[in-house]
Amino acid sequence: MSVRSIVTDRMTRHPSDSHTLDRYLGTGGYRALAKALEMPPDEVTGEVKAANLRGRGGAGFPCGVKWSFLAPAKPAYVVVNGDESEPGTFKDRQLMERDPHQMLEGTIITSYANGANHAFIYIRGEYPRSARRVQQAVEEAYAAGYLGSDILGSGYNLEVTVHLGAGAYICGEETGLLNSLEGRRGEPRLKPPYYPAAKGLYMQPTIVNNVETLANIPWIIENGGEAFAAIGPDGSRGTRLFSISGHVRRPGNYELVMGLTWRELIYDVAGGIPEDRALKCWIPGGASAPWFVPDDHLDLPVTLDDTAKAGSMLGSGAVVIMDETTCTVRATERLVRFFAHESCGQCTPCREGCSWLERILRRIEEGSGREVDVDMLLDISDNISPGLAWPPRMTTICPLGPSAVSPILAITSYFKDELMAHIHQGGCPFD
Amino acid sequence: MVEIRSPSVRRGWSESVRARASEIVKQYPEPRSAVMPLLYLAMAEEGYLTDNGMREVAGAVGLTPAQVRAVASFYTMYKRENPGRYLISCCTSISCMLLGSDEVLRAIEDESDVTAGETDPAELISVEHVECIGACGGAPAVTVNYELIEGMTTEKARELVRWLRTARPEAIVGAECQELFGGRRSFDWGAFDRDSALGPYPAFGPLGTVSGPAGDQEG
Repeated sequence: MSVRSIVTDRMTRHPSDSHTLDRYLGTGGYRALAKALEMPPDEVTGEVKAANLRGRGGAGFPCGVKWSFLAPAKPAYVVVNGDESEPGTFKDRQLMERDPHQMLEGTIITSYANGANHAFIYIRGEYPRSARRVQQAVEEAYAAGYLGSDILGSGYNLEVTVHLGAGAYICGEETGLLNSLEGRRGEPRLKPPYYPAAKGLYMQPTIVNNVETLANIPWIIENGGEAFAAIGPDGSRGTRLFSISGHVRRPGNYELVMGLTWRELIYDVAGGIPEDRALKCWIPGGASAPWFVPDDHLDLPVTLDDTAKAGSMLGSGAVVIMDETTCTVRATERLVRFFAHESCGQCTPCREGCSWLERILRRIEEGSGREVDVDMLLDISDNISPGLAWPPRMTTICPLGPSAVSPILAITSYFKDELMAHIHQGGCPFD
Repeated sequence: MVEIRSPSVRRGWSESVRARASEIVKQYPEPRSAVMPLLYLAMAEEGYLTDNGMREVAGAVGLTPAQVRAVASFYTMYKRENPGRYLISCCTSISCMLLGSDEVLRAIEDESDVTAGETDPAELISVEHVECIGACGGAPAVTVNYELIEGMTTEKARELVRWLRTARPEAIVGAECQELFGGRRSFDWGAFDRDSALGPYPAFGPLGTVSGPAGDQEG
């Protein structure tokens, strides 16, 4: 297992002031920007393509390829997705609070590569400290000439606006985010035709990238795409931040080279389970991801492709560990409640389905469940995501509704006995 | 809670607030984009989002009040009823739940005598349960006026409520609350900044909400 840090290096070595411009400049900051501004924009994109950097927000789409899809119309915009809200995920908060200039430098380089003269940083409303730190970094960057007109004498201009969300998970979905940024309800848009690269913010070509993705850009430009592509296994290049939480001795964010096994991640990196209790299951990539269980998955390599092949995803990098004391019905209810609460309400299968699932799970947990409820859970899930396949098929504009199906599939395939015990005993056996 | 608003009370924004609003509008290529920051500004002006506030926002960006209300109602952080001076938000999503957040919420409700979703009669404390606030490594976590406290216990939660009741701090300083009531954090916060929240909305000056005294920093 090799641990190598790219995006957390500065904050690890300089914990007290890694967020300041002085420290950033003292540790090589904004050198990559100077280098990028001397390259033609498509060469910058070429480096990011060569790096094979895949998006860190959830979908894992290759970043350089995304950039090359940008339609030529002007103006074009760059939008930073700092609306981190997938349950279990807290990595972007650390990147924004502890090293805001790194993410900002990545944003400026990205804007230059894509010919954008205005970038927006959308930060979830519940992260005021992140917003203050990023705003402070933006102000410092303006004062030092890294933002504004004629950046570093290159003739390139860029304005940056920091925008605060107001409590809506769905705004992390890129088209919902764009609607929100336009001052609308954060309802996702239909794709096609509203692919952001063609019809994004104000119907103009727009790049939307996650905070962690952008935080990797300065390193890639400074060291070259090939150097980045030399780290980690094929298809999962570079490092990745894992937010580990739940029943582990050492929860936290860990920047890791992918390719280690889940066993190593849970027991070596996160220190195993308190009091050496047994591992029951874990969520490998945020609330939307189907669960893994020890018998089938503990020795699988942690890579995007191996995780996808096993029927789940690394998603946002959130790993939630549940030990033997966990009531999986309660855990499922809590996850489904999240999706029911966060459904934007546009599509009937999600709006109605998620809240039905939530109500059924609650009555099972509270002891009023019936055997037919198990079939009903699956039937409703099948209406939200036909065939109950992975990746999920959709009856909805965005993947939020189908995400609620993931925990339902987990509990009905791995923990059906627990569901039945609730129903037969008329209550939660863990209470 | 029943909200009583007299239609005759129509206090408009002052000139300085309107000037601030137009500064915010100028940050965007299209005025409508300023709706969200202006809604925060409206909350900071009156403590919560009133019809009057939404009318002012509408005027500033060229929408109707109904259009502004449609936006505001989509987002949970725009409070259309008067919250207490201190808004305690307790996360009960998956990671916090696994580590005892339901008990923490019950302790807060019990100590404050306020059920989640409500405000005490003195309008001092509001309690709500919220979905994941991105503090899973320091679960269970709560926020007070959106300033984060990680590593809560039921006992510390009770102490927090008692402290808010008796000390009645002018502003909520996140770092101070974490030191007094918090435990394990999601990550090393590094230097504690001393920014503070002066109301039950996120403290973020540049977008028009109330910002605290400029950040004295501790190494």
